[in-house]
Amino acid sequence: MRLRTVCLFLTSAIPASGADAGTKVDFARDVQPLLQQKCVVCHGAKQHLAGLRLDDRDSAKRVIQPGHASDSKIIDMVKGASGKVMPPMGAKLTDDQIALLTRWIDQGANWPASASASRHWAWEPVQHPAAPAVKRGDWPGNDIDKFVLARLEKEGIAPSADADKATLLRRVSIDITGLPPTPQETAEFLADQRPDAYARQVDRLLASSHYGEKWSRAWLDLAHYADSDGFEKDLIRPWSWRYRDWVINAYNRDMPYDRFVTLQIAGDEMPGATAEDRVATGFYRNTMTNREAGVDRKEARFDQLIDRVGTTGTVFLGITLRCSQCHDHKYDPIKQRDFYKMLAYFNAADETDIEVPVPGEVGSYLRARPEYEKKRTEVIAQYNIPELQKEWEADMLEAMDRPGRQLDWDFQVTEIRAGVDHGERILRTAPDKRSEPDARTLTARFLRGPGPRFGKDKELTAKIKEAKDKIDELDKGFPALSMAYVMEDRSDYGAAHIAVRGDWKNPGDEVQPGVPAFLPGGDKPAATRLELARWILSPENPLATRVAANRIWQELFGRGIVSTSDDFGTQGDKPSHPELLDWLATEYRRVGFSNKALIREIVLSRTYRQASTARPDLEKKDPENVLLARQSRVRLPAELIRDEALEVSGLLNTDVGGPSIRPFQPVGVAELGYSVKKWIESPGREKYRRGVYIHYQRTTPYPFLVNFDAPDSTLACTRRRLSNTALQSLDLLNDPAFFEAAQGLANRVETEASGDFKTRLRFAYSLCLNRAPSEKEVARLASYFDTQASLRQKDPAAIEPWVGVSRILLNLDEFITRE
Amino acid sequence: MNERTFRQISTRRNFFRDAAGGIGTIALAQLLQKELRAETTNPLAPRKPHFPGKAKNIIFLFQEGGPSQLDLFDPKPELAKWDGKPLPDSLTKNLQLAFIKPTAAVLASRRQFRKYGQSGIEISDYLPHLGTVADDITVVRSMHTEAFNHHPGQLMLFAGTLQVGRPSLGSWVVYGLGSESQNLPGFVVLSSGAGTSGGESNFSSGFLPSTYSGTMFRGSGDPILYLSNPPGVTQDVQRASLDALRDLNQEHLEKTGDREIASRINSYELAFRMQMSAPELLDFSKESPATLEMYGVDKEPTKPYATNCLLARRLVERGVRCVMLMHASWDDHTQIDKKLKKNCDITDQPVAALIKDLKQRGMLEDTLVVWGGEFGRTPMCEIRNPSEADNAGRDHHPVAFSMFMAGGGIKPGQTVGKTDDLCFHIEEDPIHIHDLQATLLNCLGLEHTRLTYNYMGRDFRLTDVEGKVVNKLLA
Repeated sequence: MRLRTVCLFLTSAIPASGADAGTKVDFARDVQPLLQQKCVVCHGAKQHLAGLRLDDRDSAKRVIQPGHASDSKIIDMVKGASGKVMPPMGAKLTDDQIALLTRWIDQGANWPASASASRHWAWEPVQHPAAPAVKRGDWPGNDIDKFVLARLEKEGIAPSADADKATLLRRVSIDITGLPPTPQETAEFLADQRPDAYARQVDRLLASSHYGEKWSRAWLDLAHYADSDGFEKDLIRPWSWRYRDWVINAYNRDMPYDRFVTLQIAGDEMPGATAEDRVATGFYRNTMTNREAGVDRKEARFDQLIDRVGTTGTVFLGITLRCSQCHDHKYDPIKQRDFYKMLAYFNAADETDIEVPVPGEVGSYLRARPEYEKKRTEVIAQYNIPELQKEWEADMLEAMDRPGRQLDWDFQVTEIRAGVDHGERILRTAPDKRSEPDARTLTARFLRGPGPRFGKDKELTAKIKEAKDKIDELDKGFPALSMAYVMEDRSDYGAAHIAVRGDWKNPGDEVQPGVPAFLPGGDKPAATRLELARWILSPENPLATRVAANRIWQELFGRGIVSTSDDFGTQGDKPSHPELLDWLATEYRRVGFSNKALIREIVLSRTYRQASTARPDLEKKDPENVLLARQSRVRLPAELIRDEALEVSGLLNTDVGGPSIRPFQPVGVAELGYSVKKWIESPGREKYRRGVYIHYQRTTPYPFLVNFDAPDSTLACTRRRLSNTALQSLDLLNDPAFFEAAQGLANRVETEASGDFKTRLRFAYSLCLNRAPSEKEVARLASYFDTQASLRQKDPAAIEPWVGVSRILLNLDEFITRE
Repeated sequence: MNERTFRQISTRRNFFRDAAGGIGTIALAQLLQKELRAETTNPLAPRKPHFPGKAKNIIFLFQEGGPSQLDLFDPKPELAKWDGKPLPDSLTKNLQLAFIKPTAAVLASRRQFRKYGQSGIEISDYLPHLGTVADDITVVRSMHTEAFNHHPGQLMLFAGTLQVGRPSLGSWVVYGLGSESQNLPGFVVLSSGAGTSGGESNFSSGFLPSTYSGTMFRGSGDPILYLSNPPGVTQDVQRASLDALRDLNQEHLEKTGDREIASRINSYELAFRMQMSAPELLDFSKESPATLEMYGVDKEPTKPYATNCLLARRLVERGVRCVMLMHASWDDHTQIDKKLKKNCDITDQPVAALIKDLKQRGMLEDTLVVWGGEFGRTPMCEIRNPSEADNAGRDHHPVAFSMFMAGGGIKPGQTVGKTDDLCFHIEEDPIHIHDLQATLLNCLGLEHTRLTYNYMGRDFRLTDVEGKVVNKLLA
């Protein structure tokens, strides 16, 4: 299973080079990382259980007898020879790792004084390495290949042959646009004999607006995008899609990564920020919101800040900042103080919802507005709303200030705090100081539930309800502007404090905004989110470009050069090709942070273009394809499986951008939600739009997405799991949406192709797999076709043979895999 | 050996290795089962526990919303003296409640309690059926948790943390032990009543592979999503299609050498077996009338919950490792006497029947049954509408609440833990949710500190960094 891959790589499958028997073991390269990873959490600077430190040469002598592994207690302990095995928690040392440690001790346990625990590769400055020399000079297509080939030559492995042209086109089409090539595109490419035929295809694909749809999905995983709040009530966020559109557009316009990041962190702080720049800060609005009435608002906000800090660490820096919420990081040099310095940036910001018109909206809005305002003001005056609302506000404030006196009012207070964003703040602002949207929010809240005082007066309650209905009616007809969820600076929350042991109720030292002290530039002041963004992207920060380049690589090979793309710290995996990673990171900066340029360079490499077929000689040496002597077969992510099925069946609606869609979903899924229990299927061809647009309801997500490993959108997800389950099989076989696709495909085969079975089957194969079927495949499907035809003779209700064949094709492993 | 032959041999070998009871060759798979278990890549294959556990399976009867311990398991005659008056300040200092204020008046329970069985466990008049199995259960009166709101409370109960995104109890169990069933998911969720606050997070696999997620059996339509074939696809059509699909996938496996395809073939065969075995699972016609009557399958208001309880027994019988029943909601902020009775009337008889039925079939000793919610309720009264008679309810109370358990590994017939006279604080044997989790895992032969998964740079476990096995509860 590929799942295993993920687990294995956490403990590194490829032994460090030079660890083979006989060769000299290097402490800093081979042994120290092992001790760091397995032992130092309990036997280190923070904690030295049993008085032992394995990050300290002198202390470690207690358990290490240089030259005599068999007399060294450490070996007994890791082997579990005395009944107790170390480490007591988590994965034990592998046999290879124990062998390595044994050899190092037998070789004299050389522990140079210069080996300091704080030097970890990822904290070192990014270098621009020259491409290494290689023996097979004819193989490399560009510098990337030289790094890969040099490593392969060192291991005595030859690279694979190029993939055949059809496979390559399918691969690069899916990797760049997320859609398979059409039969015409395949035919044209196969016929194109020009030397730059492939590069032309790459350029065509990069120019497609589907490129932005494909690449935004990975970014939305990082942002943990969703269309609802999460938690109990999980209310719908009708404007989440504005941020998604911003991301798709940014990719399609090839916005440089530095600008892309800066706008998302601090678009609102940019000099002369446009509305679009502000929409980018919606990145931080994907944080979940708990509107359970009983939740303490301070706690809920604290949780959101924690998420914003954690997300910033994972997405832009590849470090696990979240581990320092309660204490200093146990493995990496991140202090608890660093965590709260980062939190201080977000403590000084707050959520706000703004009007950001979409094209074509403003005209009708401006035309309708005067009339709307006039009528609204009339209703408000006619029902004497301002006076009544004033009384209600007074009661509300009284209950807020003196809780526990009137139970029914207490409930109102709890409800407004949880249910209305900034409800208490608006209420406490003098009416003439409130912004217009705030004032309207409060009035709307009043009209919705005018509170216990009026509840006793039936007539008045009815009147207020009447006013509400009239305003609702007006709102319904009014072409309001589209909104967006953004961040803005706000000083209401005062200074940030360290939360002692991570407990928000227990504030410790005050902290100012600042970047993690252990990283270069960590000593310089950076007070605003804009300065934070500038530091993140500064050349002195060793992490940002490595992390970003690694993710692009991961998207194109199914595995990052650092496989733990969420963790570049000491607990993460070491890069398989450290120089290549640095080369890519510097190249990224050199091409002006253009994603398209870097992607182009990578997909033009011969490394990328290799066949993905398994090789017997690699079975033992490199089963997980770390060394890249071939490409990898990678199962498509959930959205792309659906996109592909819709595409080949002729159902796909290729409109780009806009609000989320709801495809067919069986009854009984949405109903499990706590308050949002309806799933209203999108009308007409809307439901056939691409998977990136599917409405994501956090507590009851669209089942197909869950089945095929889409993340749950609670935390930044840097790499999806790839599971392989029976529920997936049932889904592809029986989901009405996929059965519809099978019928669509059958229809195409019967109407767009003519001739005998074999000719039609070739057409179906060219659509689904953009290749011709082998003789064996033709024979097998012909035999199935006949079986199906005879079943249908017996039972006319049985599906038509071509529907059956189509259904099989859409279920093939090859169909849902990019090879 | 040329490359082609190598690949064929290698992929066939791997194929059978991956198969774990796979296609057509059940006999071979059984023959090889011991080796397969050691070296299998089927993530749901049964795995050895850390040590021999008394329980093999677990049924969690989750009562969502926080049932009132004061009215069900923890009688407090003393409270009558305080009825209608606020509690002393000393008790309510620093107390944080979801809705009411600490100054709210006390609401004494209107329930009558009786001592049942040899053990004399005290149970409320709302749960007469449970009384008949009192000697088989252990009531814990000293549970406590950190969260006083539903979703966080449910996250704590099932994922051991207040954060979303961590694996649930059931997922950890299946991750640790695999499942004995080759035809059904290892972790099945059954639901009745309303939706829960926790939603999917109560049975999600979090960062564990999705294979370990709870599979929701649905109340209407397909019990498992997409279990039924589309219109026009009979069983013959499905089999013929799957045969062709398998052969084509097999062909491609030989061409590419990618073992993942073998897993894919396997998944399709398991899907087909699920399709074949589900109707038998759901068919109650072979159950005796006495059994059906005991659960209350054929009458209201017990029918939905009785169906789920009987289904739980049938699932466990068929090797499913973990079954979770969710019943919502016990969140009785208002009208507690009326609403509590309603839920008791729905669930009491089926729960008692499940315990009896498991016992009479000799299944109780290796099936762990747990009953409880995410927290309890306050001794103080919550009134949302003062003008309405009998409006009184209770707020959330995380400080002290009750649960009960039975079967595999649990010492039956005892009441563990003690609360003060007001049912406010715990006086003896406090058991935190993490302790409960450690204890449940222990019953299943899993050491909670060793059941870990490395994610985002650290090892995670269900009990976070806490949790002590409660020996008093163990047989």
